[in-house]
Amino acid sequence: MITTSGLTKVYRSRGREVTALDGVDLHVREGEVYGVIGQSGAGKSSLIRCVNLLERPTAGTVTVAGQDLTALAGRGPRAGKALREARSRIGMVFQHFNLLSSRTVQDNVELPLEILGVSGKERSRKALELLDLVGLSDKAKAYPAQLSGGQKQRVGIARALAGDPKVLLSDEATSALDPETTRSILQLLRDLNQQLGLTVLLITHEMDVVKSICDSAALMEKGRIIESGTVSELLATPGSELAAALFPVSGDATGDDRTVVDVTFHGESATQPVISQLSRTYNIDISILGAAMDTVAGKQVGRMRIELPGRYEDNVVPIGFLREQGLQIDVQGQEPVLLKEGAK
Amino acid sequence: MTWSEMQPLLSQACWDTLYMVGWSTLIAIVGGLPLGVLLVLTDKGGLLQNTVLNKVIGQIVNVARSMPFIILMVALMGFTRWITGTTIGREAAIVPLAIGAIPFFARLVETAVREVDGGLVEAVQAMGGNTWTVVRKVLVPESLPSLISSATTTVVALIGYSAMAGTVGAGGLGDIAIRYGYQRFETGLMWITVAILAVVISVIQFAGDYAARGLHRRGGRSGSAPKLRFLRTETTSVGDTPAAIPAQATEADRAPAAEVTKVP
Ligand SMILES: Nc1ncnc2c1ncn2[C@@H]1O[C@H](COP(=O)(O)OP(=O)(O)OP(=O)(O)O)[C@@H](O)[C@H]1O
Ligand SMILES: [Mg+2]
Repeated sequence: MITTSGLTKVYRSRGREVTALDGVDLHVREGEVYGVIGQSGAGKSSLIRCVNLLERPTAGTVTVAGQDLTALAGRGPRAGKALREARSRIGMVFQHFNLLSSRTVQDNVELPLEILGVSGKERSRKALELLDLVGLSDKAKAYPAQLSGGQKQRVGIARALAGDPKVLLSDEATSALDPETTRSILQLLRDLNQQLGLTVLLITHEMDVVKSICDSAALMEKGRIIESGTVSELLATPGSELAAALFPVSGDATGDDRTVVDVTFHGESATQPVISQLSRTYNIDISILGAAMDTVAGKQVGRMRIELPGRYEDNVVPIGFLREQGLQIDVQGQEPVLLKEGAK
Repeated sequence: MTWSEMQPLLSQACWDTLYMVGWSTLIAIVGGLPLGVLLVLTDKGGLLQNTVLNKVIGQIVNVARSMPFIILMVALMGFTRWITGTTIGREAAIVPLAIGAIPFFARLVETAVREVDGGLVEAVQAMGGNTWTVVRKVLVPESLPSLISSATTTVVALIGYSAMAGTVGAGGLGDIAIRYGYQRFETGLMWITVAILAVVISVIQFAGDYAARGLHRRGGRSGSAPKLRFLRTETTSVGDTPAAIPAQATEADRAPAAEVTKVP
């Protein structure tokens, strides 16, 4: 639904150059919720603003719903008619809501429809319908200043949906909200994604956001995507930073000559008594340093950090046994590349 | 001088002042508003970024603004004659008044429009709005309270300028002050003129503040709005249930907090 290839953005200001995006290839499938996560300054906002060309990419292409937006943009700095039309079919939600304080809630939602030239009657019908959808039908005549942050963001979402977009872009839509409100807004986005088949590309710096609603995720660092995939793919990738961050387990080795192993269980493997089998088969003492079960992207996943006596070299066989059970194994202090080879 | 002698003089003068100030304010708004908006749009990073145009307009506005009005009036005589066919009288005074007020108002508009949150402009662009939509739906309505305050300031300044226009035989209250107060030592008439001006200016300022304040309250941006405590308590207590007073108070108290969340 959204594809960027070789997307590059270089900001030039006062002779200095900042490469905010450095050849980003992103692929968001139709109907999924895709999260982009990264530290401050990683280029997340630049990326999402390049998707609807609020920011002109220095190089690369952006395709949304099969339409090459970079080709529509033309040469000049101003957005031509074709690009503006394309933008009206892409909804956008902002961190600071960006509602017009001079307009009522309903008039804010009607604004995109005014721009589209929809008649007055149809506008108010549609606006009220959308406000109902986001649960704010009683606030239609209120002004944004009279709403809470969560309510403002609901208006922002209703407004973003006014042009019947297929795609919704969200730049830190929940970053200005408290945890409780964040959850309700995320739930709303999830519902809209499922009810309307809306494709959502969202930017966040909170792992919890990715964990609770994303089907896929990408990790950005210094203008590049360094990891991406569906959440279950990521969790199944040994050494994945995103997976580790999505689902952290803690616990330090109790001594030098120990091997610390993270075991990840997906689905069925979670029901096998692997640890006791391992202990019995190889006659080793296993200590559990930490463990957790969680729901990630709607799937049950368990993770356990265990400690085996002896160095890695001494434990190659038991670790091999664990792998044979269909478990995902990450040995701490070992290069993921090595592990991958070992796995095959 | 008796009151019956003064009265027709004063009412004619008031009418002349109103006429000059009214028309020149109208022209100043019609001319200054687009100019001020254009100053913002053509500035660096603006929607119609055009450094050359921005510098040219900015320079013209600066020069015109710093020109003493009396000199502007004399300098523009040729132009005034070309427009109105004369260089004396009320109509002739309107030309330099308006031309002096356009850059004055334009600068105030520029400041007001610059205050509008860039995120709102971005939101409208993301909806597919063009520059004209941004001006019409965002820049002007969002800065309206400040624009009204700016217009008030302009009217008050124009009343001041219009007194000087009296020297070219345009009539008005300034003309009375000079011809009767200064040249004929009619102190009574002089003080009545001063009183009238004081009242007129107060009323205009009050009305402007009230309108700006009303819009501010609606938008919840009470931070920089002029304070009108006396009036507010009065309006809330008239014909309203007593419960409305605390409700009003909490709303006003909450408004600054709402603004804090808006500022990143
Ligand atoms: N308009 C601009 N002009 C110059 N440099 C910019 C501009 N916008 C962003 N940058 C730079 O580009 C880099 C990426 O910025 P970006 O806003 O995309 O990061 P981000 O990942 O969204 O960060 P955050 O999480 O803080 O929002 C930063 O180094 C930033 O300083
Ligand atoms: Mg950002």
